[in-house]
Amino acid sequence: MATRTITFREAINEAMRLEMRRDPTVILFGEDVAGGASLPHMEGENKEAWGGVLGVSTGLAAEFGRNRVLDTPISESAFIGAAVGAASTGLRPIAELMFVDFFGVCFDQIFNQGAKLRYMFGGKAQVPMVIRSMIGAGFRAAAQHSECLYSIFAHIPGLKTVVPSTPYDAKGLLSSAIRDNDPVIFFEHKLLYDTEGEVPEDNYTIPLGVADIKRKGKEVTIVTLGRMVHFSLEAAEKLAADGIDVEVVDLRSISPMDEDAVLTSVKKTHSLVVVDEDNPRCSLATDVVALVADQAFDYLDAPCKMITAPHTPVPFSPTLEDVYIPSVDTIVSTVKSLRK
Amino acid sequence: MSLTSEKMIDVYETMVKIRMFEDRVAKLFAEGELPGFVHLYAGEEAIAAGVCAHLTDRDYITSTHRGHGHCIAKGVDINAMMAEVYGRGTGACKGKGGSMHIADVDKGMLGANGIVGAGGPLACGSGLMAKTLGTDQVTVCFFGDGAAEQGTMHEAMNLACCWALPLVFVCENNGFAETTPCVYHCSAKNISDRGVAYDMPGVTVDGTDFFAVYEAAEEAIGRARRGEGPSLVECRGFRYYGHFEGDAMLYFTEEDKERNRARDPIENFKKRALERGLLTEAALTEVDTKVARIIEDAVEFAKESAWPAPEEVFTDVYVKYP
Repeated sequence: MATRTITFREAINEAMRLEMRRDPTVILFGEDVAGGASLPHMEGENKEAWGGVLGVSTGLAAEFGRNRVLDTPISESAFIGAAVGAASTGLRPIAELMFVDFFGVCFDQIFNQGAKLRYMFGGKAQVPMVIRSMIGAGFRAAAQHSECLYSIFAHIPGLKTVVPSTPYDAKGLLSSAIRDNDPVIFFEHKLLYDTEGEVPEDNYTIPLGVADIKRKGKEVTIVTLGRMVHFSLEAAEKLAADGIDVEVVDLRSISPMDEDAVLTSVKKTHSLVVVDEDNPRCSLATDVVALVADQAFDYLDAPCKMITAPHTPVPFSPTLEDVYIPSVDTIVSTVKSLRK
Repeated sequence: MSLTSEKMIDVYETMVKIRMFEDRVAKLFAEGELPGFVHLYAGEEAIAAGVCAHLTDRDYITSTHRGHGHCIAKGVDINAMMAEVYGRGTGACKGKGGSMHIADVDKGMLGANGIVGAGGPLACGSGLMAKTLGTDQVTVCFFGDGAAEQGTMHEAMNLACCWALPLVFVCENNGFAETTPCVYHCSAKNISDRGVAYDMPGVTVDGTDFFAVYEAAEEAIGRARRGEGPSLVECRGFRYYGHFEGDAMLYFTEEDKERNRARDPIENFKKRALERGLLTEAALTEVDTKVARIIEDAVEFAKESAWPAPEEVFTDVYVKYP
């Protein structure tokens, strides 16, 4: 399969484009996913005002028309609920919830409706929808546009939760999410959009719930995801220079979670550091540590460590936000502390 | 109006089925036969029957916590409904949903719903499906006067109108949001007046008058089916039972109850049908007898059905979860 270097943003766009070509029931809607709806000088000429607030859906309205790429009013409850209703009656909608921080205005439609319909109806319905949403700090976007919060979604039975870290993973995982027959929440870290990587031109899928070893190592296991994969890899390079051989496990999806990959790695390295940009209480980090404490306790040579955001909202000032985000230096020093 | 005498008998049967089902459930609940709690539809029969008379299995409805009437009018199997209320494995949802979540997607019934006002957004979804695929399916969103005050209904009505979806919003205004009167919780004189805010036709009809509901629904559903966009129909009525069973209904005076009995939608229908010579007393009695048997058979079916197997707790969460 021919590959070339494209950005994380382009990879997501390409997954949607190829899936929409493949299946006429796939549609995309959300705030400004095209932009400029109904204006004669835009819609008439197949132009987009934005193609998504950060340009992720650029060109889709032009190719598929505005009947399949729909701008919405700023009514998250209505259009997330519409995704649930459309999915349970025959479409495969992709709904874009611009920032995860906005889930508070529409969570009922996600967790009481989308996540539960199949169960409440005794298995006689399915909800094949994807909600795409931006996550992550570092954009100087302050407390209501910067959180991760994926742990909250992973907590909900009925939802699947995906957090890709590279363009290759983003394209393959999003294709899987769109073809999946369950509701999938697909999180895109906004600071990864401009990162680049080798991506095949054709369609491909990566199964949900399969972790990827981003760096093989023998001495310490780092379990991580999203943007923190890159921080962990950078830390691993520095640690290698000091003679410490770190393995980096990228979970890629946290519900389902690849428990075997975590346990296999920890049984090999005998130590665990979880690097997670989400807040620490009842989180992915605590979940992974609990898994290892429960099922690989005897293999551990050191206490499990969690490197997370603090139990605070995301601050605005760059100097404060940089303290909030887990740093490469913290990862390096934490791994070193295990070796003493 | 397009009512043949066969159709008249059908809708009468639907209304009687709802009434007898609810009266029976009330009795079973009082006897301690049923787990959980139930919200009964008796008194509002003309609304579900008058609206659903214009729908086929391919059309969709979203419903409310008071959903038994909608299920029956949309053709959900009575045995499966009763077994679901009993929590048995033969229930419409295998006993996993209960009274508040009875659903049958194959019949176009997208579920009773425990969250007030949640049906509006869901209805936009099935409406969007029909529009995207170019079918002539219509979705009806039933909601109560209490739900009218939820932001979701505002969002859904606006979105449905922006996208010109084939939807009808049917407000069942029974006068109370739980115990709180509509005159207190609603700032508008008529909930249907809110249609103006969305440039959507809005009409208020007597929800105890089957013929009034039937005519208003015919026009609104016809509009939706022709691709002319959503409408809002407010049906004013009452419920005989409390918000849920066990509610002492202290907010009803004896005079209120008497006034409601005088407006009984089924008696009202019978009287008009007989006066106009559209149906005979014998035909109506035949329906009453038949439905009474159907309801008793349903109770027997539910009682004799097994409880769900314990391992059913773990299934149907996902289509596939590795």
